Order: sequence, then structure tokens, then C-alpha cells
Amino acid sequence: MADIPLLSSVEMAGFVAHGSLRLDAVVPPDMNEEGIEVLRNGVPGVPYGSSVQDAYPDGSFVRRLIELPAVAGALYSLVGPGPSVDHHAVHVRYPHEGQAQPLHGDAIIDVRTDAFDVQLMYYPQDVTPDMGGTLSVPGSHLRRTNESDTGRYQNLRGQSRLVCPAGTVVFLHHGLWHGGRRNDSDVERYMFKIRFNPTVRQRRLWDTSDLHDPRVAENLSAHFPWYEHATARLEIYNRVLLWRALTGDDSFDLEHWVTRVANRPQKEVA
Amino acid sequence: MSTRQQVLVLYLATSALDSETVGWSRYDGTARTSPTTGDGDEPPYKSGVHALEDGWRLFQAAQLIPPYPGHEYDVSFLKHEFFFEKLVEVDAGDGTARTESSR
Repeated sequence: MADIPLLSSVEMAGFVAHGSLRLDAVVPPDMNEEGIEVLRNGVPGVPYGSSVQDAYPDGSFVRRLIELPAVAGALYSLVGPGPSVDHHAVHVRYPHEGQAQPLHGDAIIDVRTDAFDVQLMYYPQDVTPDMGGTLSVPGSHLRRTNESDTGRYQNLRGQSRLVCPAGTVVFLHHGLWHGGRRNDSDVERYMFKIRFNPTVRQRRLWDTSDLHDPRVAENLSAHFPWYEHATARLEIYNRVLLWRALTGDDSFDLEHWVTRVANRPQKEVA
Repeated sequence: MSTRQQVLVLYLATSALDSETVGWSRYDGTARTSPTTGDGDEPPYKSGVHALEDGWRLFQAAQLIPPYPGHEYDVSFLKHEFFFEKLVEVDAGDGTARTESSR
């Protein structure tokens, strides 16, 4: 995979903490113009579990989108080669909509701790603050909540209200809380989403040459302003477990937390 | 004139009412405002006590429930949820708010 830019360990650690990865303006302007038309016309559905090749014919817009080097490199790093297309959808937020989507996770609750799907979200136009860009909640992806049961939460400190240039692609962990915001502008806002399922074990698929960079631990230790004090510690504990699964390094820890509570010495007193 | 309820939900950093706000939701029974998901970045009050000082009346706080055995490390919904209300007099005909009885 030398010809696509894989994520670094520092970037992967950022994804494990945040549950998302944002690539600003990685789709060129001519493709974005084409993309708006493609999305206006709709993208026919494909069967669950289709290969990328079957879902998106060679040379089609979506195929060219996911073969852009930055997109392909991130996708490979997160789910590996040959992912399945779970499903895709064109999302449109209409001008002056009265309501936002409730905060939700997609599909049903998914409690896998050693595997994850990613959702690619593509924005073909500039998204301004009043266009209702996607709301997402950094660090919410490891929470065990089902679909829109989180709909009661309107605002959380540190939430991300997406404002981005045309051609931006965002990858979300399947568990991340998100929703389309109310569009208070005069412009129809488009987004195209594809959910990918891995077909290989998600272990060291990225560029691991910086695995011991201190910024890996820094990124994995990220605190988000909406976390309650006590639960924030459990979030970091669970990130350590995910990082161990992704790297195969069962000695990795932050603040000695997993090591401490797993300590069961077997040595007998002489 | 009739009375309508405005509801404020604050999610706090600990189970203490004077700990800082980490999340919030608003519902307006007068129909004069339409709060919705993702409509602001700054919480309306720094803590639950700040809401009390502004006249909101607390009517429910989340119970403290121990984790179920085997689920001590699970993370899920926000735990420290506090419900507040204000009672507002409105014209029966047009729903126009007149006074806030809790101030």
C-alpha cells in the first residue's frame, strides 16, 4: 500500500479518542461540482455486504471519491483492504427546517470492543454555520447507548457543529453520537454517507513507524468538556483496551489504570 | 390567562448540584421558542445552583445507582441529570408570555 498515504499512529490514536477523523477539502472542486449533481439525482441503493467493486463500478463518481489517495489511505488504515459496503445514503437538510435530527448513533447498539465500522461522510459544498452541518460529539463512540435514546440531549459542551470547506470527508466510528442540525439558511445542504464493514482483523493497518511517539499517549488521554469527572476515567480505560486490541500490545497503559485493576499476583509467599 | 411550563435540563459534572454544567436541553411550553439539538455552544448556566439563582425550580435529580456487577467499566448515558421548571403566564388566545411566576 505504498501509493496511498496511510494514517500515522498519532492520527489513529486521535481517532480512537475522538471517534472521528476529518479531512478538509480533500476532494477537488471539479469533483465537488459533479458530486452535487450526483447527490441531487440520488444514488441507488446496493445490497448489504457488497464489495466496493460491485457497489460502485470502475470510473463512477463514488468509486473515484473513495479512491482519492487521502480518502483511500484513511479508509485502509481504519478498516483495512476490501471492506464491505454496509449501506449508503444521500442526506439532504432543507432550507429553514424547523427541527434538527435528535442526537443518535446509527443502526442498533453495537458493543464490539475489538472491531468497528466506519462511516464516511462527504460534503460537496461549503458548509457555513447556519447550514446545519452535522453535529457530532467527540469521544461518545464507546458509550453503550441505542440509536436515538440520546435524543434528550440537545447540547453538550465541546460538541462539534460542522463548518467545513467543500470537498471535506469525515470518518466516524460507528458508535459516535451525531445528527443533522437544523438548517437555518436558504441553501439545501447535501451529505453522502457510506458505512463500511471491515473484512480483516483491524490490527496495525496504519503506518506504525511512530507507534512509540509520545503524542500517541497524549492523544489517547484526550479529555472532552462534556465528560463527567468520574466517567471520564472510564472512557480512558476503555480507550486503552481498544488501543491494545488495535496494536496487539497488551502491556500498553495510561496512568497505570488497566494494569492496576487487572493485577492478580500468583506468586506465593515463601 | 393560563400557566405554561418551561423546562430546563442540566447535566452536571458530578452528582452535586453546584458542580459545573456539561450538557443542557430546553423545552418551552409557551411555544415562543423552539430549542433543538445542537443549537448552541455555551451552557445557559455554569452550574445547577446558578439556575436556582435565576429562578428556575428544581423538581428532579437523577438517582445514584451502583453499576451492575460485571458492568463497572461500561459508559453510557450521562448520569447527573437535573430537571428544572419555570411557570409562565400566557394569554390563552395567542400563547404570549406575560410573567414568570417563579421570579
